Amino acid sequence: MTVDQEVGRPRRRKEDARLLTGRTQWTDNLSRPGTLHVMFLRSPMAHARIARIDVSGARGLPGVVAAFSGQDFREEQGSLPCAWPRSGDTVIPEHPPMAVSEVRYVGEAVACVVATDRYRAADALEAIEVDYEQLPAVLDMNEALSESAAKVHETGNRAFTYRTTSGDLEAAFRDAPVVIDRTFVQQRLIPSAMEPRAVLCETDGDTFTMWTSTQIPHILRTMLALVTGVAEHKLRVVAPDVGGGFGSKLQVTAEEVLCLLLARRLGRPVKWTESRSEGNLTVHHGRDQIQHLRLAADSDGRIRGLQVELLADMGAYLVLLTPAVPLLGAQMFNAIYKMDAYEFACTGVFTTKMPTDAYRGAGRPEATFGIERMMDELAAELGLDPLEVRRRNWIRHDEFPFTTISGLTYDSGNYEAATDRAMALFGYDKLRAEQNDRRDRGDPVQLGIGVSTYTEMCGLGPSRWFGSENAGAGGWEHGSVRVLPTGKVEVVTGSSPHGQGHVTAWSQIVADALGVPFEDVTVLHGDTAISPKGLDTYGSRSLTIGGIAVLKACDKVKDKARRLAAHVLECSPDDLEFEAGAFKVRGTESQTTIQELALAAFAAHDLPDGVEARLDSDATFDPDNFSFPHGTHLCAVEVDTETGMVKIRSYVAVDDVGKVVNPLIVDGQLHGGIAQGVAQALFEEAVYDADGNLLTTTMADYLLPSAADLPDFALDRTESPATSNPLGVKGVGEAGTIAATPAVVNAIVDALRPYGINDVRMPCTPERVWRALQDRTLEGARR
Amino acid sequence: MPRITVTVDGIQYEQDVEPRLLLVHLLRERLGKTGTPVGCDTSNCGACTVLLDGKSAKSCSVLAVQADGCDVVTIEGLGANGSLHPMQQAFHEEHALQCGYCTPGMVMAAIDLLRQDPDPSEETIRQGLEGNLCRCTGYCNIVRAVRRGAQEMGQAVSRP
Repeated sequence: MTVDQEVGRPRRRKEDARLLTGRTQWTDNLSRPGTLHVMFLRSPMAHARIARIDVSGARGLPGVVAAFSGQDFREEQGSLPCAWPRSGDTVIPEHPPMAVSEVRYVGEAVACVVATDRYRAADALEAIEVDYEQLPAVLDMNEALSESAAKVHETGNRAFTYRTTSGDLEAAFRDAPVVIDRTFVQQRLIPSAMEPRAVLCETDGDTFTMWTSTQIPHILRTMLALVTGVAEHKLRVVAPDVGGGFGSKLQVTAEEVLCLLLARRLGRPVKWTESRSEGNLTVHHGRDQIQHLRLAADSDGRIRGLQVELLADMGAYLVLLTPAVPLLGAQMFNAIYKMDAYEFACTGVFTTKMPTDAYRGAGRPEATFGIERMMDELAAELGLDPLEVRRRNWIRHDEFPFTTISGLTYDSGNYEAATDRAMALFGYDKLRAEQNDRRDRGDPVQLGIGVSTYTEMCGLGPSRWFGSENAGAGGWEHGSVRVLPTGKVEVVTGSSPHGQGHVTAWSQIVADALGVPFEDVTVLHGDTAISPKGLDTYGSRSLTIGGIAVLKACDKVKDKARRLAAHVLECSPDDLEFEAGAFKVRGTESQTTIQELALAAFAAHDLPDGVEARLDSDATFDPDNFSFPHGTHLCAVEVDTETGMVKIRSYVAVDDVGKVVNPLIVDGQLHGGIAQGVAQALFEEAVYDADGNLLTTTMADYLLPSAADLPDFALDRTESPATSNPLGVKGVGEAGTIAATPAVVNAIVDALRPYGINDVRMPCTPERVWRALQDRTLEGARR
Repeated sequence: MPRITVTVDGIQYEQDVEPRLLLVHLLRERLGKTGTPVGCDTSNCGACTVLLDGKSAKSCSVLAVQADGCDVVTIEGLGANGSLHPMQQAFHEEHALQCGYCTPGMVMAAIDLLRQDPDPSEETIRQGLEGNLCRCTGYCNIVRAVRRGAQEMGQAVSRP
């Protein structure tokens, strides 16, 4: 019997039926008998001392069970953790989950009400009195670093300065025929997962269970124990259905800590569900960098050196990975290019804004944007095609494995193949001809072509590397595979999904590995009581680490099954071949199936010495290296020079994510990733006013693209298998977002270059584009 | 407290409600209809879309008292005898959902879109779903699913 390979098939998802019919387990859907609702009163000031706070007015109101201010939690609330102070000089300020004496951003919690329902809780918030003594807001990073600046924390506004150099930068820039010097701004973004955060926590007086909309139930459990002193073995964390994350739910939040403390104090189940406006204020933000880049090149376009100087806005505190996010750029600004010298420096700056942390790509989109913008600027300076200047610098496919100037070893890739394929699909030469034609006839609608040849380091990550870079933990993942007595297979994964389709993809991997039907596999996850070991989902790590852990557990199951089969069939294990779910004695008809062996292992009536009952095993996988997906994205935009309106005319993405387990899921990840990258380029920005008030608190102000705002994306793939894992897979969750932003902005700048424009600040709204054109026109008139 | 009568997914309910109670909270917190989620508080995201007397409505922007005497269909009321509605099936086939949070509203809005235009073009679908936000899919597969749903609902006129 031959069995179709499951890996590589566009299997429809097992997850869908529940989600399509509303039989969902979002945290806000869940309730325990007697559940109380929590609401937080949040600071309306960016920076202030709390002179007086009085919650007593809330306490007697209908339905109100309790009201507390930060004073009430002072002794027990601990400090929210920062787990990756990568730079040795990092200053980690105290970060009380509920502010006690000072607030440092608008939205910081200062008090809470616990009531019988959310309407009553909202009413009672109105009765809390707070007197604030306003302190100066600190908003601009450059100003924040000046001697005279007001301080966010007593220790000052510098969180760290990190610097790394390789090669002789001075020599690279000395007498360089071409030096490009640019400053780019990575605006602040709001991740905006569709499901607002929610937490439900209950206690039986001894143990605690927390259901929460998180990407990281395992990390959260350990961190909550460390922060609050609730013993880890008395705490169970469940991530039920989680409605998107994109890094925003890779966090140990104030609300999770406070709900745990409230459940402990009140002895009753408590639930908190944020409103979207509350979420825009208090879910960690992403990006927010000022990038000063200098690139030295020979006159033929060969890069001699690259110097990167970043200011990264930390916001008011360092939350879980805040200082580490921009530093992922240290290995990424050099991207796919060879060069003689490289310097990366980054200063983390405290401001009185919501803390920043991981948002889809986390440090790599910022870096990719910077270098890909610079490559286009270099091409323009030399009058070269932007793809040609990249060709002259990128790592050739026959040079892999290649150790880059920043010290990573890229295992595989083929930039030539992806680019050739993308150019063909895009109709590159024809679009260039049309662009020239429009330029020649002075068409008010100009065509721009944007290029992005990205790579990224993902599949975070090798534990030894994390250790060497001062991270709090490593990057392994765990999997268990249990063949049940009836032959069905139960898989447990430590990687906790929120839309990625783990259940389907892991079923495909296991079906192939054990020769069992796809339908016979179920996958459990997201509950520390069911899946006790894991490091969760972020950094495009699930398949490349978590999927491989499951595969390794399958290998162990097969090893055990082989010993049992040899015993049953009375032969040597070496005489057995495994095919289509059965062990066969070579050259005979004698065989036994994995299902029969599972039953025998369950009955345990006749197990060979040293073989334990039950056919199951578990494994952890810790990769030796990151995975390095890459690709070429090409974007054509039409820019109306009279209105500033930008319309994406076509978008082609050819990505190399190694071996593909489920092409449907991979394409879906790319579609969504590209949409988020385009959104940064064109639509989204978290805006604070001069007093530090967030202006974009709603979805009416913070513009997520709708279907009407985006085009279809044309996708194709090349396949250079990863060598760092046995399946040859690479991460795909962040690739689209990393690639898309520079492709779009490069296209806009390409359209406007004849007007003397070499940058447009993101988001490239019609107003920004129009103003850029007006400024050039005015400059021309003055000359 | 006003008393209202409302039919939800074929079952009639009588409820005493505060005038300020939102329809979506009536559904979720009183009637246990948690299939309809809440994604924002400004009626921008559309996750809470239901059919109110046959037309799509964002249930976060309707007061429960306004639904007095109305017929409400939620995502839980689609499909019959355990089988999926053709639009739900089309979303499955085209991989038009990832996290699934926007899906109930997206499916309900798509059904209403086909009521108005049984054979919508890609452009019509994109414009028609403008009030429903998805953060996962980039909409590519949602658009394909709505086209497929239209065809499978037997209402599509075959195009040349």
